[in-house]
Amino acid sequence: MNVHEFQAKSLFAQFGVPVPRGKEITSPDAATAWANELNTPVFVVKAQIHAGGRGKAGGVKITKDKAAVAGLSKELIGKALVTHQTGPKGRQVNRLLMEEGANIAKELYLSILIDRDTGWPTFIASTEGGMEIEEVAAHTPEKIIKEAIDPAVGFQGHNGRNVAFALGLQSIEPAVMNPFVKLLENLYRLFMEKNAALVEINPLIITKEKTLVALDGKVSFDDNGLFKHEDVQQMRDLNEEEPLEIEATANNLNYVKLDGNIGCMVNGAGLAMATMDVIKLAGSEPANFLDVGGGATKETVAAGFRILLKDPNVKGIFINIFGGIVRCERIAHGVIEAAKEVKISVPLVVRLQGTNAEEGRKLLAESGLKLEVANDLWEAAQKIVKLTGKAA
Amino acid sequence: MSILVNKNTRVVVQGITGKEGSFHATQCKAYGTKVVAGVTPGKAGQEVEGIPVFNTVADAVKKTECDTSLIFVPPPFCADAILEAADAGIKLVICITEGIPVNDMVKVKRALRGRDVRLIGPNCPGVITVDEAKIGIMPGFIHKKGVVGVVSRSGTLTYEAVHQLSTLGLGETTCVGIGGDPVNGTGFVDVLPLFEKDAETQAIVMIGEIGGDAEEKAAEFIKKNVKKPVISFIAGITAPPGRRMGHAGAIISGGKGTAAEKMKTLEAAGVKVVKNPAEIGAAVKKALGR
Repeated sequence: MNVHEFQAKSLFAQFGVPVPRGKEITSPDAATAWANELNTPVFVVKAQIHAGGRGKAGGVKITKDKAAVAGLSKELIGKALVTHQTGPKGRQVNRLLMEEGANIAKELYLSILIDRDTGWPTFIASTEGGMEIEEVAAHTPEKIIKEAIDPAVGFQGHNGRNVAFALGLQSIEPAVMNPFVKLLENLYRLFMEKNAALVEINPLIITKEKTLVALDGKVSFDDNGLFKHEDVQQMRDLNEEEPLEIEATANNLNYVKLDGNIGCMVNGAGLAMATMDVIKLAGSEPANFLDVGGGATKETVAAGFRILLKDPNVKGIFINIFGGIVRCERIAHGVIEAAKEVKISVPLVVRLQGTNAEEGRKLLAESGLKLEVANDLWEAAQKIVKLTGKAA
Repeated sequence: MSILVNKNTRVVVQGITGKEGSFHATQCKAYGTKVVAGVTPGKAGQEVEGIPVFNTVADAVKKTECDTSLIFVPPPFCADAILEAADAGIKLVICITEGIPVNDMVKVKRALRGRDVRLIGPNCPGVITVDEAKIGIMPGFIHKKGVVGVVSRSGTLTYEAVHQLSTLGLGETTCVGIGGDPVNGTGFVDVLPLFEKDAETQAIVMIGEIGGDAEEKAAEFIKKNVKKPVISFIAGITAPPGRRMGHAGAIISGGKGTAAEKMKTLEAAGVKVVKNPAEIGAAVKKALGR
């Protein structure tokens, strides 16, 4: 789960990571009121959406004029902001973060995540702050500093010093050495205690006043750890999520919307991905990823149908079930009843394999429903692609 | 011969009185697996399908000499369950549970380091040695005794591959599900050398997916150490970056972990990479010259 910058920064503040004074703003009036309270030489107004590249897309405004903040806020609120991460339709801005400006002397990059290879929490730091870290890693890998933290004992001072010296902080600004080590320790605590998946500060700045400030902030959370944190669950912003994905989650389905024409419904995540891949190989594009789980009952299949059919791009549906413990004839019953309940207006191909597959296929064929039955994965994929025509 | 588990493996099921635990313990036993004990704290003295239930894994070990644990405990209590098994002297821990917080696994993995215990999973279908022991949730009957070792990050996709191998008459030795989580106990590089050494295994099927670099690490290992033919399928060539595809570990992040990159690296290491998941079995048959 991702959260907004203003939420990330409130967590930073809670854990002793310095941030600019700022506040979430949802109206021009509130902007004016906060500007009066903030009383600073430079005001920064930042659009809050779950996507990077806001600055380049015009989502960050800076002004020295207190009277201008209402106008800038009005301009941003309600606007669809298009960045390189939002897709062409962009994302509607519903809230802003308005904060004091800072005197930047130097920009750094800092993040912490789990290194999947070692299974240890690992800091990534660079002197190339403000840049996309993937770009830095690709072109100047020597400028990437990594420091793994032993989860058995947690953060130690030397971890922080290792990063600080490697960044050359001693020559950049010796006054921030100790605060930097403390900041890393606090960030590690935040990362572990809140079950974060990624905490990123880009840029982390050294100000002309020789202090450290997290000028931007991004935090995403491990979905599997959310049950431990009610405060984090409260930060979920449904406006930032695909409506069909919200509906799927409510039905305990794992759904990701894609751009193709063939809706697919599969049991198991790996097979669901493989089904998408085989649709592509057969010459079309999948409309979604949908894992209905090991069970695939009438209820889950019906919920799956409803979600798939709400996507106007879906021109055909491909059900691919490998019956394991759950027998295929039970799944066939589920599909038949669900298909009767939800009117299926597009071609449907059902591929059943595994336990009692033949019996299941026979039930489907004799159900009177308009559908094609297949037993082989490749045969089924070619069938649905043929029935829906090639990808547009 | 086989790897990891065989007809002598003695299994304790942790969480045996739960819905999943009791169902699958029964299924495993029906397959012929020696399921000798179950554990649910506070329920000692009960039985599940004739399997005695104990309060602690330590008790189960003392009374039944079980050496392998199969875990169905809910996510919030799973780290504890894994460590309890390790502390009780269990040598192989197979964790089926999906949804364990990553940080819990980080701590578990660190705690198991250097100890004489292997963790398989979590979020996996388990391990089966055909006709000897089924320790997991896979449908036993799709397997046929044969010559192919299977190692995979996925569940149903593995069944798909196994079904093809069985139908083509090649059959399997042992199938190992290493699971779909970003931090797991056993990786491809841990299982590959076991198959390479196993006399019965003639070819290896490796099923990977987007996310992380386990497949790249495997490619490096195969290039140096594996003489047997390796056939691989990588799921998720159509998966968009930055989105989690069902499994917690199946995500392309920062442009890393794409299926295309993994396929390229594996091919460069001499692995036969199959683009169509319906052709895994046929590719193995060809590699074995049958």
